[in-house]
Amino acid sequence: MIEMRDVGFGYHGGAELLSGMTLSLQPGMFHFLTGPSGSGKTTLLRLCYADLLPTAGRMTAFGHELRDLSRDDIADLRRQVGVVHQDPQFLEHLAVAENVALPLTVAGEPVDMEALRDLLGWVQLAPQARALPPSLSGGERQRAALARAVILSPDLVLADEPTGNLDWEMSMRLMQLLIELNKSGKTVLVATHDLNLIRATKAQVTARVLRISGGSLHLAGADL
Amino acid sequence: MRRDLRGLNLVALWRGLIGGDGGKGDRIVPPTGFTAQLTLFSAGAMAFLAVFALALALATGRLADRWSDALAGSVTVRVSAPVTEQEAQVQTALSILQTTPGAGEPRLLPPEEMAQLLEPWFGPDMPVDALPVPALIDVPVTGDDFDAEGLRLRLEAEAPGAVLDDHTEWRRPLVSAANRLRMLGIVSLVLIAAASAAMITLAAKAALAANGQVIRVMRLIGARDLTIANAFVRRFTRRAAVGSAAGTVLGMLAVAILPDASAAGGFLTGLGFQGWGWLMPLSIPLIAAAVGFFATRWAALKMLGAVR
Repeated sequence: MIEMRDVGFGYHGGAELLSGMTLSLQPGMFHFLTGPSGSGKTTLLRLCYADLLPTAGRMTAFGHELRDLSRDDIADLRRQVGVVHQDPQFLEHLAVAENVALPLTVAGEPVDMEALRDLLGWVQLAPQARALPPSLSGGERQRAALARAVILSPDLVLADEPTGNLDWEMSMRLMQLLIELNKSGKTVLVATHDLNLIRATKAQVTARVLRISGGSLHLAGADL
Repeated sequence: MRRDLRGLNLVALWRGLIGGDGGKGDRIVPPTGFTAQLTLFSAGAMAFLAVFALALALATGRLADRWSDALAGSVTVRVSAPVTEQEAQVQTALSILQTTPGAGEPRLLPPEEMAQLLEPWFGPDMPVDALPVPALIDVPVTGDDFDAEGLRLRLEAEAPGAVLDDHTEWRRPLVSAANRLRMLGIVSLVLIAAASAAMITLAAKAALAANGQVIRVMRLIGARDLTIANAFVRRFTRRAAVGSAAGTVLGMLAVAILPDASAAGGFLTGLGFQGWGWLMPLSIPLIAAAVGFFATRWAALKMLGAVR
């Protein structure tokens, strides 16, 4: 799915923020990526959906070398990887339902209204379907972003600090949705610095925890 | 160029042009009010000017052809000889002309017509007979085998006082002037098209810059460059087409109500469209739409190259 071999990355040709990263995301597995702020969690996720290219080493996504991808290939890759950002961006002039269905629209696929309603119901946003994004709360925006991320039924779902702006109850509701996705067979990678969230989630699902520190990646053990 | 034409969906483009809403793809880009009106107005103004430039190019083309045909349709033989020899040389010239291939029936201008020709210079009631004016013979050219140079040599040999004037001296500068006017009209059309392309490119770039977040979001959710570009292309193509259609109609109306060509007379006779020529301005909105399409597409793809 995502394979990294001795991957390094530095912004604008500067010093390497990440170095010697070797990682294999196992299909169907729930992964956490943790580490202090500024350690490179977001950077590693951006590498996974080809928003950045590694400056060293080899990295493949779904069997394709990242550096060899054309711009259209990158677009295709992003249809296989759903991404939820800490501060998700929407097209503010479109309704929530239209924003959630946007990946289908840009992929030129028909929108199944029944399935869209089900999806909005799953993230508990059916009443807000016609609302505009600025009227949503932080938790609702995150759930709308999750619905948009999974509408194309991607194999991999990435979430970058998805609970960073949410209270505990709202965070657990969102994690519950990610757990359900994982149990339905999706591979999930969540970047977070919140160890309590990781512990609470691990109580419900088998999760692999990766820690970034000093620019390197380690498998976290029982110290969590 | 190949990249520009890749994925060109003419059916979708046409639907986008004729429909009030180009579909969901168009809704992706937020609506813009004042900018849209400015683009429509600019496209309309350019089309209005293009109609006049086209009318000028067509009219001067016709003018050049008319002058050329009119002056090439006949020649004049001027006979200047001493009074005692004039009549004999005129008769000799007439007999030569009657046997010249490609020349029609020669006609010696009677004294009344001579008087009319001289009237602007000498005033009315001038006794032409008392003046040593040359005799003029008008000869229509009726065939392609008319050989002006051969005729000139024969006249020189048999009637030394007869001089052939095939109007080349007059015709050349007139036709040249008309052709330059026609070229001026064509250059104006090209400049109008280029200015339209520049205007639409600037408007499209402004729209793309103002919608940076839209573009970023679309890329992140898996939109291809052409999908994003087309959302802007459809919008600007439609504006260019609609604006220029309105400008073209107004321009054609303005040309139609110009003073009647034959009544006005003079140098500018025939400025406007004639017959099938009225269909030519209808191509202006199509060309404007094509200019809008390619200018926006180029600007969009160039800007998208900077967005990963």
